[in-house]
Amino acid sequence: MDHPMPPAPASPTPGPSAARAFPSRRRGRWHPPTTETAPTRAVLIAGAVLFLLLVLLAPLISVFAEALADGLPGYVAALTDPEALSAIRLTLLVAVLSVPLNALFGLAAAWAIAKFEFPGKSLFITVIDLPFSISPVIAGLVYVLVYGAHGVLGPFLQAHDLQVVFALPGIVLATMFVTVPFVARELIPLMQEQGTGDEEAALSLGASGWQTFWRVTLPNVKWALLYGVLLCNARAMGEFGAVAVVSGRIRGFTNTMPLQVEILYNEYNTVAAFAVASLLAVLALATLVLKTLLEWRYGDALMARRGH
Amino acid sequence: MRVFRTLTPLALVRAALVGGAVLAATPVLAQAPLLNVSYDPTRELYRDYNLAFAAHWKEKTGQDIEIRQSHGGSGAQARAVIDGLEADVVTLALASDIDAIAKRTDKVPADWQARLPDHSAPYTSTIVFLVRAGNPKAIKDWDDLIRPGVEVITPNPKTSGGARWNHLAAWAWAAQTFGGDEDKIRAYIAELYRHVPVLDTGARGATTTFTKRGLGDVLLAWENEAFLALNELGPDQYEIVVPSISILAEPTVAVVEGNTEKHGTTEVATEYLTYLYSPVGQALAARHYYRPRHPDFAAPQDIARFPATTLITIDDPLFGGWPEAQARHFGDGGLFDQITAPPGQ
Amino acid sequence: MTGQASLSSRPLARLWPRRRPSVLPGFGLTLGFAVFYLGLLVLLPLAAVFLRAAGLTPEAFWALVTHPRTIAALRVSFGASLVAAFINVGFGALTAWVLVRYRFPGRRLLDAVVDLPFALPTAVAGIALSSLYAVNGPLGGLLAPLGIKVAYTWLGVVVALTFIGLPFVVRTVQPVLEDLDKGQEEAAATLGASRWQTLRRVVLPALAPALLTGFTLAFARAVGEYGSVIFIAGNLPYRTEIAPLLIVIQLGEYNYAGATALAVVMLVIAFVLLLAINLLQAWSRRRLGGV
Repeated sequence: MDHPMPPAPASPTPGPSAARAFPSRRRGRWHPPTTETAPTRAVLIAGAVLFLLLVLLAPLISVFAEALADGLPGYVAALTDPEALSAIRLTLLVAVLSVPLNALFGLAAAWAIAKFEFPGKSLFITVIDLPFSISPVIAGLVYVLVYGAHGVLGPFLQAHDLQVVFALPGIVLATMFVTVPFVARELIPLMQEQGTGDEEAALSLGASGWQTFWRVTLPNVKWALLYGVLLCNARAMGEFGAVAVVSGRIRGFTNTMPLQVEILYNEYNTVAAFAVASLLAVLALATLVLKTLLEWRYGDALMARRGH
Repeated sequence: MRVFRTLTPLALVRAALVGGAVLAATPVLAQAPLLNVSYDPTRELYRDYNLAFAAHWKEKTGQDIEIRQSHGGSGAQARAVIDGLEADVVTLALASDIDAIAKRTDKVPADWQARLPDHSAPYTSTIVFLVRAGNPKAIKDWDDLIRPGVEVITPNPKTSGGARWNHLAAWAWAAQTFGGDEDKIRAYIAELYRHVPVLDTGARGATTTFTKRGLGDVLLAWENEAFLALNELGPDQYEIVVPSISILAEPTVAVVEGNTEKHGTTEVATEYLTYLYSPVGQALAARHYYRPRHPDFAAPQDIARFPATTLITIDDPLFGGWPEAQARHFGDGGLFDQITAPPGQ
Repeated sequence: MTGQASLSSRPLARLWPRRRPSVLPGFGLTLGFAVFYLGLLVLLPLAAVFLRAAGLTPEAFWALVTHPRTIAALRVSFGASLVAAFINVGFGALTAWVLVRYRFPGRRLLDAVVDLPFALPTAVAGIALSSLYAVNGPLGGLLAPLGIKVAYTWLGVVVALTFIGLPFVVRTVQPVLEDLDKGQEEAAATLGASRWQTLRRVVLPALAPALLTGFTLAFARAVGEYGSVIFIAGNLPYRTEIAPLLIVIQLGEYNYAGATALAVVMLVIAFVLLLAINLLQAWSRRRLGGV
């Protein structure tokens, strides 16, 4: 199976018997056989759009509507408030620290899981999934139980005057915990789908392990990796529950953007609260714009690979 | 994919290294000159008070003082201090929350409530009803809350300090009305909770449910919260109704000596809390709808906003102080749990 | 390439395969690093939780876990999460398909919006959703005359959990769909398959692992969700109270042992469910061939 394209392993191989398996039932006007009829397409698009409208777009619109309720000056003023600026800085710093580490972990875990068979693999994948199912409240509590004053490492940290929880390290740790599965989970299905054929071919042609990884595997998974990093980043910036527990909520110092949103909202300052929230949404959308630009710029290479 | 190969992995590694270095180099982010860990509804009060105190401290000692604020649910804030949040002073909703700090750490002395005047409660509040404009359901007192068709909004007493005061205020009225007949009191409280369609986790959440979502006919709220909602969300839309009997809510304050000694802030922290009892502090409290201990220090028009009513204290034999009331009413398997359990359980 | 022939037919060996030799390098390095990282970040801190929960006597633990209120809350959390995950698989797959295969105005905007639930703090999502679906909100107002109440009911919990889980399904299906070889669909069509047959027998099997992964992740994420749900759930004991809220309530009483005990129960249930799904996936992968 040294197929240049990643084979779709689960699909039945078209063979002589396939003609019988798919009795011909052609009627009506001809349309390209690998897409749906125009009405079907329209219905599917309408269904997806309606669903996204109800579940995703409506909340987004309401966030922006509230944020701009006092017009643009109020919006800008809310975002340039010193406390808001400090929250924005902290949130970006936390993302810069936690996302690359989780990306590195994701690549390593996906390589081991997708390219090798080993005992306990399903168990390992399940442990990777675990942080998703852990309530953010518990995710925060976990670090308080380890690093807090009454935690396992509390006495040691206090003796050396190191502060983990209620300071930057705790916020970063909680964020990493909550976002650890993203990149791995994005890469695993794709790398499993792609199999090991490409890498084996490269190795048999004399490439080293690292060369194979940089030049064969990474290009094959780059979009999934990018998706994973984008999601990980978005979630890292938006995390509320876990960070709320370990942050200490000191205004202007350990408040991240989501916490700042809650504070402002509780002060009946709806405009400012939603302005900061909308900025989080914009940051998430901006990363997607970046992805789109990359797609356009390097679309040729992508098409060439897909054209097999 | 060319760009990907050259950009991402290198950038990833570099960012990870830089990240690790920064992580290692910043063991302490928060080293507040003075950190006041408080509960949710005091934001507006302490924003003004911190400015006033900074001016006072500058005048007294010539030093600039920076005051940092942390707000959250009263219980969660107390827990954070127990777990190592380096508060210099705590200004919380319930004495029992500061008791918890004193009990679980050695940072607050056991007799903290005797260190400042008036059981360390420089201002008080009470529980009132917020109703819609014109009071369409004609709600005057606690017995009106259980009339058919009346919906009551109150937060969950298991998660909200304010909701505990609500619960106890209702209990105080029922105890008085039914002459201490425990069965009748319980029946009233149980019926009251049957009129609650939503139990928010915090006081502000309940206010939002009542005002923005249009749910319920009456909101049980802190007096200062009710006034604030009135001001922020429209005096023409809501009215405050003061019941015949309510409870004297005493938010308490304390210096976290274990932390101030380490920070060298004991003196300024003590002065910070003492100044709350000064004419300036009392006037500010009254302006922010807290009932001051010394009404003569406050502006008369501020005092005029507080109607007189019978206020039962938590130390009344009916409740026997916070530790007892907490365990009896809100503890695991306590009265609230029993009352909200479905029949047969 | 490793063939199906080498697979033992003994059921145990299928569930627990031995490590098979491979020509690819880096197994020790990557697995070692991943296990180390996961151990430090996730497993060790979780061990602290188990340690704390062990502070409860077995009787107290059992009484807490089997309390009708706990069971009701677990039922709300896991039930609503399952329903939300199913909704997400259906509409998530549809969304991914439409985004990858069709070109229409506004596609890029929709593509971008899919990640919103991650970026928006959960509390903001809860506030926005409850304001939309409350009886006086724009969407809740439309549903109210039909007798459907969303906010402050079980349905509200499902809406919030659908919101936070959707990107998981879309973003796991999307890369696989983008990578899918159209040649196979062409081959099927050439051989006379109708479009529906091609979708069902060629495309769907190829997407199945990603769909299952998406389902797993959306479900897992929903079970633990707190921030968005408490704003729209109503939080009435026995009816719309979720399990994470019970944990917060225990914490409110400084009962760390009780809180961690509930966390452990949720963790164990989630772990068993996730493991079952992952084993199912590994099994179907081996049965259908491939790695």
